[in-house]
Amino acid sequence: MSNRTLTFSIFRYNPATPEIKPRMQDFQLDETADMSVFIALNRLREEQDPSLMFDFVCRAAVCGSCAMLINGRPRLACKTLIKDLPEHITLMPLPVFKLIGDLSVDTGTWFHDLNIRTETWIHTDKNFDPKAVEERMDNPTALEIYEAERCIECGCCIAACATANIRADFIGAAGLNRIARFLIDPRDQRTPAQIFEVVGTDEGIFGCIGLMACDDLCPLELPLQSQLAFVRRKMGLAALKSKRN
Amino acid sequence: MKWQEVHITDVLVIGAGLAGERVAIEAAMHGHETTILSLVPPRRSHSTAAQGGMQASLANVAMGYGDNADIHFEDTVKGSDWGAEQDVVRRFVNLAPIAVRQLAHWGVPWTRVVPGKKTLPSGTEIEDLAEKEGLIAQRAFGGTAKWRTCYAADGTGHVLQYAMDSVVVKLGVTVHDRMEAVSLIHDGENCYGCIARCLRSGRLRAYLAKATVIATGGYGRIYGTSTNAVINEGTGMAIALDTGVVPLGNMEAVQFHPTGIVPTNILVTEGCRGDGGYLLDKNLHRFMPDYEPAKKELASRDVVSRRMTYHIRQGFGVESPYGPHLWLDIRHLGPEHIHTNLREVASICKNFLDIDPVDSLIPVVPTQHYSMGGVRTNKDGDAYGLKGLFAAGESACWDLHGFNRLGGNSLAETVVMGMVVGMRVAEYVREAPLNFTPRLVSDAAAKQEARIEALLSNKQGEEYVYELRRRMEETLLENVGIFRDHAKLEHAVEVLKDLHARSYRIRLRSNGLGPNPEVGAALRLPGMLKLALCIAYGALKRTESRGSHYREDYPQRDDTNWLKRTLAYWPEGAELPELKYEPVTIIELPPGERGYGETVRSTGVTMGE
Ligand SMILES: Cc1cc2nc3c(=O)[nH]c(=O)nc-3n(C[C@H](O)[C@H](O)[C@H](O)COP(=O)(O)OP(=O)(O)OC[C@H]3O[C@@H](n4cnc5c(N)ncnc54)[C@H](O)[C@@H]3O)c2cc1C
Ligand code: FES
Repeated sequence: MSNRTLTFSIFRYNPATPEIKPRMQDFQLDETADMSVFIALNRLREEQDPSLMFDFVCRAAVCGSCAMLINGRPRLACKTLIKDLPEHITLMPLPVFKLIGDLSVDTGTWFHDLNIRTETWIHTDKNFDPKAVEERMDNPTALEIYEAERCIECGCCIAACATANIRADFIGAAGLNRIARFLIDPRDQRTPAQIFEVVGTDEGIFGCIGLMACDDLCPLELPLQSQLAFVRRKMGLAALKSKRN
Repeated sequence: MKWQEVHITDVLVIGAGLAGERVAIEAAMHGHETTILSLVPPRRSHSTAAQGGMQASLANVAMGYGDNADIHFEDTVKGSDWGAEQDVVRRFVNLAPIAVRQLAHWGVPWTRVVPGKKTLPSGTEIEDLAEKEGLIAQRAFGGTAKWRTCYAADGTGHVLQYAMDSVVVKLGVTVHDRMEAVSLIHDGENCYGCIARCLRSGRLRAYLAKATVIATGGYGRIYGTSTNAVINEGTGMAIALDTGVVPLGNMEAVQFHPTGIVPTNILVTEGCRGDGGYLLDKNLHRFMPDYEPAKKELASRDVVSRRMTYHIRQGFGVESPYGPHLWLDIRHLGPEHIHTNLREVASICKNFLDIDPVDSLIPVVPTQHYSMGGVRTNKDGDAYGLKGLFAAGESACWDLHGFNRLGGNSLAETVVMGMVVGMRVAEYVREAPLNFTPRLVSDAAAKQEARIEALLSNKQGEEYVYELRRRMEETLLENVGIFRDHAKLEHAVEVLKDLHARSYRIRLRSNGLGPNPEVGAALRLPGMLKLALCIAYGALKRTESRGSHYREDYPQRDDTNWLKRTLAYWPEGAELPELKYEPVTIIELPPGERGYGETVRSTGVTMGE
């Protein structure tokens, strides 16, 4: 284990003091074994500057709270190990999302809006019968839904997306992956044509210009590229059908 | 308090985990205006981290055939070491299958039954029947007679929370995230809502409601080293305790989970052992069968955690810079099983240990995991002491789990209790008027404003919030852990009393403006220390061993004197909680052998002899 002294350049801004302009601030910290950016930030806050704002919840790469730009790349800070980084580490808040302060951004509101716009709940006219046995589903289908359901809404794909950075209303890879999840699910009775109404626009599937940074940067390594292709194919077919009708 | 800083609603739910959202859904479906507060967006709540699954006696898989509510009942009561309320358990086991199926209806991709012959890691052959194909599957968990834990790969909590939240979104329930409840508004008889601090602006807000529900999850973080999320600080329990009239139940019952990974304490699911994983010591010896020939690694969590700690104390731990640990071995389950049913485990190992469990052993040690104690409620979820106050989920003591919760019973509890309490709240709100005196609201707000002012003026003293907090965490871990005794507990109580007094003399090291996190930490700390004292003092007074509460100086369960629940009250200005006791409801199953570890205790032989 090398005895490195790390320098963290961290973006600072407190909305309560708008007269102090956003700026970068440097901190020094000695590296310890198995240190992650999560551990480093907590040490900085407890030992050097208790006003430092950043978000963590699970610290285990399952909740999606801690995404930030680490040396320019959107990543989950809790699963980024310092040993994989150079001595000088720059931390910036994710772009696209509204800034709350320092490294903390409002991904929650963004995803809430997305979920309303894309109506990401099961649409069905069946009522739940508490006395009945569950409806059957074959296991490969269940696993396929699970696969598409794994997104943790961290926002890395959105922050990395060229379109999302210029169009505030683009639903991005996370949004399209969410659509894929409902297209796969036999319980959702929406037809592709109905979904096309929602995403067959430039804010939806046609906004993607195919740079695929989302796919490279997804911390969960979700197969975003194939999910995008899947939605695009379904939507293409739905569009053709509606033209013919 | 200015009126634009007041929000009025029928039902106020504090907490957006599975329990809080399930309550809110029920209330909203009954047509009541419902508002949820949460520290974080709902989908980031700790419920999403649950991996293993949710118990419900569906009897769909070979090893679950013949399962029913009665067997689930018996397992739960034994698991609780007879500390559970049996009428609550009965209601719970009857409703769990409905809850699981309703979640399927809401979109949860439960893993399903695939028929055919299978060989278990133990060599036993089983056959899943074609007639069950496509029904919801179950896996084994500790302390259960049948395979009963429904799961979605090992991301069960994630899919449950997302499905639940999608219903919340669909119903248009109001959610205010980054909003922290800091005190309840009450007059000693009725609860009228809460005062909250906005974590975006740092400003205070009043929430007024006919019914207020605490669903804020566990308090693992007061132990520092815990499998819990960093937001699980027990503040919901603390604000209930602060009223002086609402008691917390069984706070001394703190669960340690056998498999937190070393050094980060991130949990790997009990599903690992359920699916056939073993525990090994430094000699790569599988030691659990020596202690628990019948249940082996699948005895209940309190038992396995104690056996592990005992084994380490005997010198069989693997040395590491973070102290001795043991190994979890799942290699024999094979890459296919690991990369489908235990894929989250595989990614945790990859991300945080840089190993692949397909060919490497996982370093594990028992870690603080679950709080059985919480806001004491009756079987409908009404909190003791204040009308219009309810609680649900891990922050409540309903009391389903007694002194030890079975794996898979908490997710099930959040959803079942959410449903039950939601119905109760809906009914309550229909009758209840929304009457409050403006004076009460402004007084409650002024009190919190004064605390913040005092911090900002920096004249209270010299104490540093993070230093006090670290001392609290260490004190609990060292003295109020898996093995307890009089001397350690007495020491802990003294230290915590001192820290509690000092927590009112904090000086900020930063300017404290806006959403400043140091202010948040300073506001929370006295409440956390009160919880710590309820745990340590309750444990000191309980001179027996029951479930997760193990006294080396009183190693036996003592039903003659202690078949009762601790209620901890905090009178205003007190330096210690006031403890009262109430009997446990026993309606079906009289106290007896648990069937694991129990024999050792009832013959009077303590571990180590
Ligand atoms: C790693 C891990 C794995 C687990 N796996 C399983 C499993 O496989 N099976 C099982 O049955 N159980 C499991 N459990 C236990 C189970 O996940 C939890 O007990 C359960 O999810 C708790 O749900 P909850 O709704 O009560 O609380 P949480 O999900 O913790 O939600 C608490 C909510 O309250 C909010 N909140 C907290 N304080 C405040 C405040 N002051 N003001 C406003 N909002 C507040 C938070 O923002 C959050 O939304 C696991 C637990 C852990 C730690
Ligand atoms: S803190 Fe949950 S993903 Fe990093």
